[in-house]
Amino acid sequence: MITRSWMNFPAFGFSSPFEDIERLRRQIDQIFDQINERPGYMRTRVGVFPLINLTENRDTYFIRAEIPGIDPEDLDIQATGRNISITGERKMETDENAKYHRREREFGKFSRMFALPGDIDHERINANLKNGILTITIPKAETAKPKQIKIN
Amino acid sequence: MANTESKELQARQKHEVTGTAEQTKPGPVFIPAVDIYETDDEVILTADMPGVTADDLSIDLRENTLTLNGEIAPFENADEEDIAIEYEVGRYFRQFNISEAIDQDNIKADLKNGVLKLTLPKADKSKPKKIVINT
Repeated sequence: MITRSWMNFPAFGFSSPFEDIERLRRQIDQIFDQINERPGYMRTRVGVFPLINLTENRDTYFIRAEIPGIDPEDLDIQATGRNISITGERKMETDENAKYHRREREFGKFSRMFALPGDIDHERINANLKNGILTITIPKAETAKPKQIKIN
Repeated sequence: MANTESKELQARQKHEVTGTAEQTKPGPVFIPAVDIYETDDEVILTADMPGVTADDLSIDLRENTLTLNGEIAPFENADEEDIAIEYEVGRYFRQFNISEAIDQDNIKADLKNGVLKLTLPKADKSKPKKIVINT
């Protein structure tokens, strides 16, 4: 912010020493924009399990999460206002006399809550767990759907 | 560390396949997370492959190399707009060297809830044999 007030001085003719850095920053931003072309894509460094993809169309929100190895009984989904919470536990299939060579999969409890950007219709929320992918279909409330305005 | 029994599950980014061979089809390819453990009679391999059905999964074993290849159907409809995307969707691919100590004709595969469980029975000669001591 101090740099901005420096550069806004119209009376002085010297070019700001930060101009080159600003140009470099813009070019680097352009490079990153080309890499992440998907709008809204965010590489989470520290995320909360499960990672979700939230998409929408005119009438519904779709939430998808990858939770392999879980049965529907171990999963608990709640809707309160505009918030959706997903809670559950991923259980490990233990074998008593097993010797592990490699452990990359993780187990344990998880719980995540997030807010949707608009009002939703609680009565018709539908959740589907298939092949380890949880898909929650949430219809928007009538007040939240975009309305076409006719021009006379 | 008070409670080590059921700790919070951490979210992980998926790892993309690095390697010299290029893929013929476009799209990201990820390495599925895998657990390998052995009991007295078999070696068990469990892999997380969410979104892969039995028809899309190919398990190939030749020349002691086990190849897992899982295809993914595109998951969103065309009219959907993205609000927040935290993970990418792509195919799964991983290869393992299987030693000759496995009975390669009797490998069983189970796919449930997006988790593949491969049971590789050990060949008889490599099962631990208890040696009886005569007195």
